[in-house]
Amino acid sequence: MLSDELISKINKEKTKYPIARAAVKSALRYAQEEHGWISEEVVRDVAEVLNLETIQVFEIATFYDLFYTEPVGKYQLRVCTNVSCMLRDSDSVVSHIQKKLDIKTGETTADGKFTLFEVECLGACGGAPMMMVGNEFYENLEPDTIDSIIEKLGASE
Amino acid sequence: MTEVRVCLPESNLEEPWTLAAYESTGGYQAWRKIITEQTPPEDIIENLKSSGLRGRGGAGFPTGLKLSFMPRNAPGQKYIVCNSDESEPGTFKDRDIIRLNPHQLIEGMAIAGYTIGATVGYNYIRGEYYEPWARFEAALTEAYEAGLLGHSLLNSDTSFDLYSQRGAGAYICGEETALLESLEGKKGQPRFKPPFPAQVGAFGRPTTINNTESLSSIPPIMRKGGKWFADLGVEKSGGTKVFSVSGHVNKPGNYEVPLGLPFKELLELAGGIRNGHQLKAVIPGGSSVPVMPAANIMACTMDYDSLQQAGSALGAGSVIIMDETTCMVKMLERISYFYYAESCGQCTPCREGTGWLYRVIHRIRNGQGKLTDLDLLVDMANRIEGRTICALGDAAAWPVQSFMKHYRHEFEAMIQSDKAA
Repeated sequence: MLSDELISKINKEKTKYPIARAAVKSALRYAQEEHGWISEEVVRDVAEVLNLETIQVFEIATFYDLFYTEPVGKYQLRVCTNVSCMLRDSDSVVSHIQKKLDIKTGETTADGKFTLFEVECLGACGGAPMMMVGNEFYENLEPDTIDSIIEKLGASE
Repeated sequence: MTEVRVCLPESNLEEPWTLAAYESTGGYQAWRKIITEQTPPEDIIENLKSSGLRGRGGAGFPTGLKLSFMPRNAPGQKYIVCNSDESEPGTFKDRDIIRLNPHQLIEGMAIAGYTIGATVGYNYIRGEYYEPWARFEAALTEAYEAGLLGHSLLNSDTSFDLYSQRGAGAYICGEETALLESLEGKKGQPRFKPPFPAQVGAFGRPTTINNTESLSSIPPIMRKGGKWFADLGVEKSGGTKVFSVSGHVNKPGNYEVPLGLPFKELLELAGGIRNGHQLKAVIPGGSSVPVMPAANIMACTMDYDSLQQAGSALGAGSVIIMDETTCMVKMLERISYFYYAESCGQCTPCREGTGWLYRVIHRIRNGQGKLTDLDLLVDMANRIEGRTICALGDAAAWPVQSFMKHYRHEFEAMIQSDKAA
């Protein structure tokens, strides 16, 4: 179920290393970008491309936080609640999003667009409170900036 | 006090992450000179030793000495690895070094690689740092096109290939042997030492792993000399350090200053305590190092010795500032949850102990605490410390021990007021 383009990206990544296994995190990242999450089929296919045992890929998919082994919303709102953000009231960021989207932490909106996570320090404490969505960091969050981020993402297809 | 920038780029540079901007400030001069003159590695190591540069990732081990441990003349592949897995709560300096000044890190890795006889390097960047990774990749492309990376550089016998690898969200991969496991495509679970990475490192080969800021400090040291760098700082703490200041200050952010700066002046640079409030406590080196009450840290200078003598540590220079509104029980609960969530699960004292610590603090916060819990917490922390393969167990224990030492009364008050209610 992996596309030819994805397989060629994985094969290119392999050339950086003396062993193919070193490309497993990149392979899973590419696969997740294509499929939205890491299913058992994706794990099996990645294992085949890298010539690994299925368990060697599955344990990577479950060990690292950025891999989702269950379906998630199109946008994952990863709100940091660690100490530096907590001191700058990340609690209210979480409760604002929960109220606005009518979901609890870990849940996905009914339209499948958003999943809310509370996560550990993302290394942007100078811009606390902050969250990560996709590849983007959104810093110095306030209720109205949160609203506009969610509305902008919600309007996109 | 104003900033003294060695690792962060000068603030007047436009697009400092480009090759043109970096070269306009003397960038790659040191690397070109080393390749052209084939500088003896011993000379580079001596220069680094005289600079007083110590590891900026938290341990503070002298960088020159670390590079000297490599069997650089032994046959076979050797590696230089950069630890850009910055994940200690409160730390955000490497993010700015990579995204604002990627070429200096590349030059530092190339020089370090040359010094230890490594022709290949990897920069392991935490998975959440997309922008820094993209900037680093763009800089790699520029450096290859300019003939500064690759094979037979400047028509010499010197070769150096450099790659990045992205992490995928695991604090433990900042531990150097966990990072090596992760680099090889495995779970990030720390290795027993010995053998040390200088003997058996990445892919079974001799490897040196340095922090982003340490490696980025090397090119200016080679250009201007070890003495110049040492003189910027103080005895046993040479050079500048990027301090990440966060929490209850008016201007949180990264500030690069000479080591040995009085804490008071760093606080002023960060705009002081947020308006109308008083300093209560500081965690000066990232969430794992012992917390310090205001009076203690106000008497300190920001260097390795001063903070150690005061019972804490410089760590990664991650200065978390708390004002008088801060609940220390809630702080410790959150810190303990972090180590519980990030324990890799390999060693029993850490896997079981971190969860136990968190649950006891959590029940105190939820009105179910007992006064005997406080001795229990210290006892558990003491039984985790020093009994695990890596320092994550220690990192979980130190906050508990120090919060109990300085703020036990707040825990007691919470337990007793819950009893009264």
